[in-house]
Amino acid sequence: MNPVALNLSGIDPELDDIELNLFVSAMRQRHGYDFAQYAPASLKRRVYQLVEQHRTSNISTLTGRLLHDPTFLPQVLEGLSVPVSDMFRDPPVFRALREQVLPALSVYPRITIWQAGCARGQEIYSLAILLEEAGLYDRCQIYATDFNDAALRQAREGIYPAREAQAWSRNYQAAGGTCSLADYYSARYDFIKLDQRLRRNVVFADHNLVTDAVFCEAQLVLCRNVLIYFSNPLQNRVLAMFRDSLLPGGFLCLGLRENLALAPAARDFEALDSSLRLFRRCPEPVHDEGG
Amino acid sequence: MKAVETIVIGCSTGGPGALARLLGALDHRLPASVVVCSHATSSPHTMCHLLAQHSTLPVIEACEREPLRGGMVQVAPPDYHLLIERGRRFALSVDEPVGFSRPSIDVLFGSAAEACGEGLIAVILTGANADGAAGLACVRRAGGAAIVQQPDDAAAPAMPRAALELAGADHCVALDEMASLINRLCMT
Ligand SMILES: C[S@@+](CC[C@H](N)C(=O)[O-])C[C@H]1O[C@@H](n2cnc3c(N)ncnc32)[C@H](O)[C@@H]1O
Repeated sequence: MNPVALNLSGIDPELDDIELNLFVSAMRQRHGYDFAQYAPASLKRRVYQLVEQHRTSNISTLTGRLLHDPTFLPQVLEGLSVPVSDMFRDPPVFRALREQVLPALSVYPRITIWQAGCARGQEIYSLAILLEEAGLYDRCQIYATDFNDAALRQAREGIYPAREAQAWSRNYQAAGGTCSLADYYSARYDFIKLDQRLRRNVVFADHNLVTDAVFCEAQLVLCRNVLIYFSNPLQNRVLAMFRDSLLPGGFLCLGLRENLALAPAARDFEALDSSLRLFRRCPEPVHDEGG
Repeated sequence: MKAVETIVIGCSTGGPGALARLLGALDHRLPASVVVCSHATSSPHTMCHLLAQHSTLPVIEACEREPLRGGMVQVAPPDYHLLIERGRRFALSVDEPVGFSRPSIDVLFGSAAEACGEGLIAVILTGANADGAAGLACVRRAGGAAIVQQPDDAAAPAMPRAALELAGADHCVALDEMASLINRLCMT
């Protein structure tokens, strides 16, 4: 069972804040990872979780290790990055990609797709299956990026616990899948391994949305359930980066419950299906600052 | 004591029925925001719809980045954790489920304790697991008040029982007395 990670909260909030700020500074100054503009409540919760996992008595002990123990960073990153995902999560979204977005992309001789925050690759394999079934895969170049190297390694392998297969198969069917998901993986012991042909046109790469620049020029950007972890200014900055990456008329797919109401850069997008958080880049940017 | 600005409610098995009764008896002039976290598996739309049929206050889904609204019931969407930021705005996360639950009552209550401190009432209703107990302890430590449904009055007693064991309560009452208690605590 996951740690509840609440033991510390509420005892001395002011002290917790000081310690959290020092921890965030250490991550930035020593390791170049900037979490200062992450949404505070859930960032704090994950730092508390690290405190529990490593059985230290407070955040400052973590900060000390972070500064002095070079092997500690990957564990902290893994704890802060939340690489939680599923295949075909929110099936109606994948159905809309299949039925509305892919037909529009099929007019291009070459198609570039960028998935930012790909976690362990579940959505990349989902997307690859859609592209195969639409007969578009061989025209595609797909970039899958994340700032969690361990997750990227797992994404390349495409190995997942077999207990997920049933729910993912149901999702695949609900998303309009015409075959059986089992056609795309082989099962061994307690694991399934996705057909590695599905990643022949995929490049997995380390990219940090906070500190790195536009990644590529794309017709489709998929970034689901990543911006929900960012505070408003960072959400807006990354949205502007997606706009700059997209060709006019290009598609943006966000998580089902993301809210762009406070992001000025959202004005450069029009909704294709707002309830599914599917957008298209407007022909000409209306809004230029914020990038 | 600080005026009550926020009421957070957690429940699981038997929750929709209990919520319908509780929300149906709240004073329609209640100034506080009511935030609901229920594990019940019905779709978000049906959940809000069901509660709206009974509630004296308007019922909507809680949206990320939006403020908590006084005099309204805001319901956690399924499959996300709901958190409250300082400045009383909502945040969502897809962090792992906590003890098989997402949304988790512990996550909501823990963040609410930090964001709202003394101006908070946290309520544990019927449920068949221990979610909410640790969160309720945070709420009390931060100066908020805890109301727990009497276990033998609950359709599923495990959740209120766990809350009483770990966190204790300022008020432990039957469901039928709860709305008038909340009305009194908020309206004076
Ligand atoms: C919750 S997962 C989303 C996975 C998938 N898109 C989905 O919705 O199922 C969030 C991912 O965003 C990544 N992430 C968070 N901050 C990031 C950043 N600054 N740059 C790149 N990736 C980031 C995390 O490592 C994690 O893999």
